[in-house]
Amino acid sequence: MMADVLEVATGARPGGWAAPYKAVLASRIRAQRAYPAGFALDIVGSWLVGLTEFGELFVIFHNIGILGGLDFHAMLLLFGLSNLSWSIADMVVGHVDTLPTYVRAGTLDAFFLRPQPVLAQLVTSEFSLRRLARLTVGLVTMCVGLVINDVTWSVAVVGLLVLAIVFGTAIFAACFVAAASLQFFLINGAELTNTFTYGGSYASAQPAAIFPTPLKLVFGFLVPVAFTSYLPTLWILGLPGPSLLPTWLVWLLPVAAAWSWAMALLLWSWGCRHYQGGGG
Amino acid sequence: MSEVIIELEELTREFVVRRKGDGRRRRRHTIAAVDAMSWSVRAGESVGYIGANGAGKSTTIKMLSGILVPTSGSVRTCGLEPVGQRRDLARRIGVVFGQRSQLWWDLPLEESFSILAAIHQLDPGRGKSRTDELVEQLEMGETLQTPVRQLSLGQRMRAEIAAALLHEPALLILDEPTIGLDVLSKARLREFLIHERTTHGTTLLLTTHDMGDIERLCDRVLVVDRGRLVYDGTLPGLAGTVGARRMLVVDLAAPAADLVDVPHTTHVASEADGLRQRLAFDAEQTTAAEVLAAVAERVEVRDLSIEEPDIEDVVRRIYQTQR
Repeated sequence: MMADVLEVATGARPGGWAAPYKAVLASRIRAQRAYPAGFALDIVGSWLVGLTEFGELFVIFHNIGILGGLDFHAMLLLFGLSNLSWSIADMVVGHVDTLPTYVRAGTLDAFFLRPQPVLAQLVTSEFSLRRLARLTVGLVTMCVGLVINDVTWSVAVVGLLVLAIVFGTAIFAACFVAAASLQFFLINGAELTNTFTYGGSYASAQPAAIFPTPLKLVFGFLVPVAFTSYLPTLWILGLPGPSLLPTWLVWLLPVAAAWSWAMALLLWSWGCRHYQGGGG
Repeated sequence: MSEVIIELEELTREFVVRRKGDGRRRRRHTIAAVDAMSWSVRAGESVGYIGANGAGKSTTIKMLSGILVPTSGSVRTCGLEPVGQRRDLARRIGVVFGQRSQLWWDLPLEESFSILAAIHQLDPGRGKSRTDELVEQLEMGETLQTPVRQLSLGQRMRAEIAAALLHEPALLILDEPTIGLDVLSKARLREFLIHERTTHGTTLLLTTHDMGDIERLCDRVLVVDRGRLVYDGTLPGLAGTVGARRMLVVDLAAPAADLVDVPHTTHVASEADGLRQRLAFDAEQTTAAEVLAAVAERVEVRDLSIEEPDIEDVVRRIYQTQR
């Protein structure tokens, strides 16, 4: 009886607010374990993609030595950080990019008929374990980068690494959500919205110093992927930033992540309204 | 008087379509899929919502359930504003789109039910007993371990309806629930829905192309044509207003003269020297059994079938009478 009263008073429901998401995610992981052969192939494939990108980096630096003020060792750290954050974001929310598939299958309509926010349901509707492989490529490269460079270890460095991975992942995740939102307007527009996701990832792994001013503004502030890896790398290695992107900016990582999510959520609510308006 | 559970007032939904006009310019046309519709449904009613393809049925359902925003007019479902209060509404209604699935195709059926129980945050005991109840009544015990993608259409449809009823919604909306099902599956589904309504008092709104669904399940029919409500009343009344009648087709043991004197029927046609005859009758005046008995008094019947009025046909006739 008391419990009933409390439930009404607080709006609490069995299992807490997270229970619905946990149930779906747990089932997704079980479903993936049911097909081990496909899973293994996916992992091999992900490794190959990661290694190819790494190979590209190696070839470039074999020929030029220094790019945008970063040498090969510094680039390892930059590449590792960028890859790690991006692949975590890809693992957790990467599937939102396939929004048109959800629309065609009617899954999105089913989300509208359930008592959770649609975006939260979409994000938690899948969890790609196979993308763990891609994550290890980033993790290993980052660790090698940290060892091979002359890093002066301190609490601040460790703190910044954590900050970079957590908020870097958040920034990339926001890119995925923004890309998904745009697909409400452009069904079959995945090619275009890939500029947000894969393009953002690629830009984040480049030393922003080589960009012309407009691109610096885009990747430094509008879609702030420079915050995910470039600025942290500069700070950890004690390097000065280019004009427009001074190294101290790195401590504004949470602000950059908040900005990214504000933009992503705004785009998402526009997209949803467009869909409910019958344009989807 | 029971409470109103669905209320539409001048509800309108327009779509803009681009069509190739004269020359190179593409012209924008505005089409009203739902055109100033006003009707309401009281709690406990069972309503058939019928009309031809593209008449605006699915568009209405999407507005009732919060998936689509109306262009103008208002709609309230369970006393709530569907788009603004979508999440509250989701706890009170169950919706099944016949061609779409809300189950997890790669998991055993049982898991879809437990996930949905978690999604609706049902108390574990209540979720379990409700699942057991639905599984028993819909005879799904043997398919619980089967992955959803391996279910037959009939099994999947029963599972979809169970999924929509798991949280005991006050209103169940079914869009073409029996499409593609065999006769036996249809009959079982209808039996179940009748039972569910008597035990839980669930309000039912269903769209269908199957007159049998309407006859068995609905005490009220709404007919929609080109986004407008053209009929609101009982099914026999509908057949009466447009003269859509049932047809008894009898195969006789021997050729006979045209059966023109059977009460409450009209002789429509004879084939093969009167070996097969067609008699039209009005469901409000007589029954198939009475007509058959009257025919059997006159001639020896070898085989028979009954043709139902076709919904599309009924709707077409309503449209013609309105012009």
